[in-house]
Amino acid sequence: MNRLDLNTVLGWITPGSRVLDLGCGDGAFLARLRDERNASGVGVDIDPDNLIASVSKGLDVIQEDINDGLHCFTTKGFDVVVLAHALQELTHPHIALERMVDIGDEAIVSFPNFGHWLCRVHLGLKGSMPMSRAMPRHWYDTPNIHFCTVKDFESLCSDLDIDIIERATIAGPAQRLLGRWLPNLFATSAIYRIRRAGT
Amino acid sequence: MNEKIPANSVGLVTPQIAKCDTPFTFANGAVLGSYELVFETYGELNSAGDNAVLICHALSGSHHAAGFHASDDRRPGWWDLAIGPGKPIDTERLFVVCSNNLGCCDGSSGPITINLDTGKPWAGQFPQPQVQDWVRSQKWLAEHLGISRWAAVMGGSLGGMQALQWAIDFPDWVEHCVALAAAPGLTAQNIAFNEIARHAILSDPDWHKGDYLAAGALPTRGVALARMVGHLTYMSADGMSDRFGRELREGSFSPDDNAEWVFQVESYLRHQGSRFSTQFDANTYVLMTRALDLFDLAAEYGADLTAALSNAQANFLVASFSSDWRFPPQRSIEIRDALMGAGKSVTYANIDTDNGHDGFLLPNPYYEQLLGEWMRRVGPS
Repeated sequence: MNRLDLNTVLGWITPGSRVLDLGCGDGAFLARLRDERNASGVGVDIDPDNLIASVSKGLDVIQEDINDGLHCFTTKGFDVVVLAHALQELTHPHIALERMVDIGDEAIVSFPNFGHWLCRVHLGLKGSMPMSRAMPRHWYDTPNIHFCTVKDFESLCSDLDIDIIERATIAGPAQRLLGRWLPNLFATSAIYRIRRAGT
Repeated sequence: MNEKIPANSVGLVTPQIAKCDTPFTFANGAVLGSYELVFETYGELNSAGDNAVLICHALSGSHHAAGFHASDDRRPGWWDLAIGPGKPIDTERLFVVCSNNLGCCDGSSGPITINLDTGKPWAGQFPQPQVQDWVRSQKWLAEHLGISRWAAVMGGSLGGMQALQWAIDFPDWVEHCVALAAAPGLTAQNIAFNEIARHAILSDPDWHKGDYLAAGALPTRGVALARMVGHLTYMSADGMSDRFGRELREGSFSPDDNAEWVFQVESYLRHQGSRFSTQFDANTYVLMTRALDLFDLAAEYGADLTAALSNAQANFLVASFSSDWRFPPQRSIEIRDALMGAGKSVTYANIDTDNGHDGFLLPNPYYEQLLGEWMRRVGPS
C-alpha cells in the first residue's frame, strides 16, 4: 500500500478502534494506527520476516494464510478489517469479502484497478497481459490471480449484499479529477469502505 | 570462569532449596504436611520486582534450565538456547526462576524423597500431582522469593500448558504468558502413548508395584522402553530420515557378513532409553504422564476453552512447530483461537522445522529471533 492509500485508510479509522489488518506486512500500518489513531490492532501475515518485523514493533500478529485462515476470527470481533492491495491475490476473493464484513463492523479494501485505461490500451493494442511498474510480473508467475476493475468490484458487492459506505480513488497527478469522475477508466487503484447491508 | 563456558551463558549456577512448612492440599484431596522445591535463578530481581520470569519445565525436565553446574559439565541446562545474557530471555534485564515440579525426581519433594511419617522414600505412595498443583506450589515459591507478580510465565510442551494454567488460575499474577508446542488438553492418541510408556514400566519384573527401591531393584528396562516410545513422539519422520536415514551403526547387510546389523536409529533410541533409565525415577515417570493425561484447561469450564481463558489478563505468545505430531500446530491454533475469541492479546507463529515436538528446545533462527523480539515487551522497558 502506498502513502496515499495509507493516509486515506488512516483517515477512515475512528480513533480507539480495534483493527484487523489482513496481510499486515512489516506492521508499519498497524504501528501508525496505534501511534496516530490510538487503535489496537492485530495483523495477519504468513511470512516469517514480516512476523518478526511486526512483533519487533510491539504488535500482535498471527501467522496464518489469509486465503484459508479467516475462519479463526470470530464474528464482529473487530471494528474494522483491512485488506490492502491483496484482494487480487486471494483464491476466493468473494468468500474473503463476506468473512471480512462478518468479522468487522466495517471493512476497508483496496486493489489495483485493472480497468485503468493503460491496462485497456495494453491489452487492446498489444493483445497481451498488461505489465507496468505497479504490475511488474508476467501473467504466469504473478501472485495477482484475481484482477478486477472498479466496476467488477462494485457489482460483486451488490451481489453479495455488501454496502459501499465510501470510495476513494488513486490516479496519476494529471488525472485526479478524472479518477474521481470516471474511476473505472482513470483510477490506478481504488479504496472502499464496505459493510454488510442492513447493519 | 572456565574458558569453555560461552560468554552468553549464565555461567556456573547452583540450585537452591525452599522448604514450605504449610500443609499442601493436592487437587485430588491428598495432603502433604510440608514440602521442598528445588529451583535455580538467573539474573537479578530488580527493586520494583517487575522483572521476574517463571520458566516451567516439560515432562522430564528439571529446574536446571540454563548454565552449568560444574565447569566440566558436557551440557548446559535444558533451555540454555533461550536463557542468558543477550539471549531471548535476557538475564541482563530479567530475573529468571525455574523450579522442579512437585512430585518430580530432581530434588523437589517426590517419590524418591523421604516421607517424614515413615522415614522411607515415598515411592509409589506420593500423591498424584496435577498441573494446577504445580501452579499453586510455584505461587508459594514466588511469594517466598519476594515476587508478587510474574512479568512472564513461560514454557514448552507440558511447561507451556503449566504457563496457561497459571494465566487462568492466577490472572493478576501473570502479565505475559508464553506457551510453546503446547495443547489445551491431551487427545486419546496422546494418552495412548503415555499408557504404552506406563505399561512398559509396570510390566518390568523389577517394578515391584512401585516399591523397587525397597527391593533394591530398578525397573530400567521398563523406563528405557517408556523413554524410547516417548522420544519417538518428540521427533518428526523427516527429521529422523535426515539424521539417521537407513545408515548402519554396526555390521552390514552382506550375506557374507554373519555379524548382526544395527541401524543408526536403533542405536540412538537404545542409547536414549538406557541413559534415561538410570537418571529418571520410574514412579515419577508414571506420575508425570498421568499429570499430563489429566491436564484439560477447559474441564472446569464446561469444555469451553474460550470461557476457560476469558479471565486471563496476560498477553500471550503461542507458537507451534510445523512437524510436531505430539502436540501439532492445530492444538496451538485451538489455544490461539480461544484466546482471540476471549478478546485477549495474542501473537501466534508456526515455526517451520523438521525438529518435531523438540523444536522448542533446538536452534532455529526464526524461532529464536521471534521469541527474542517478543520478549522485549516483557519486564520494565
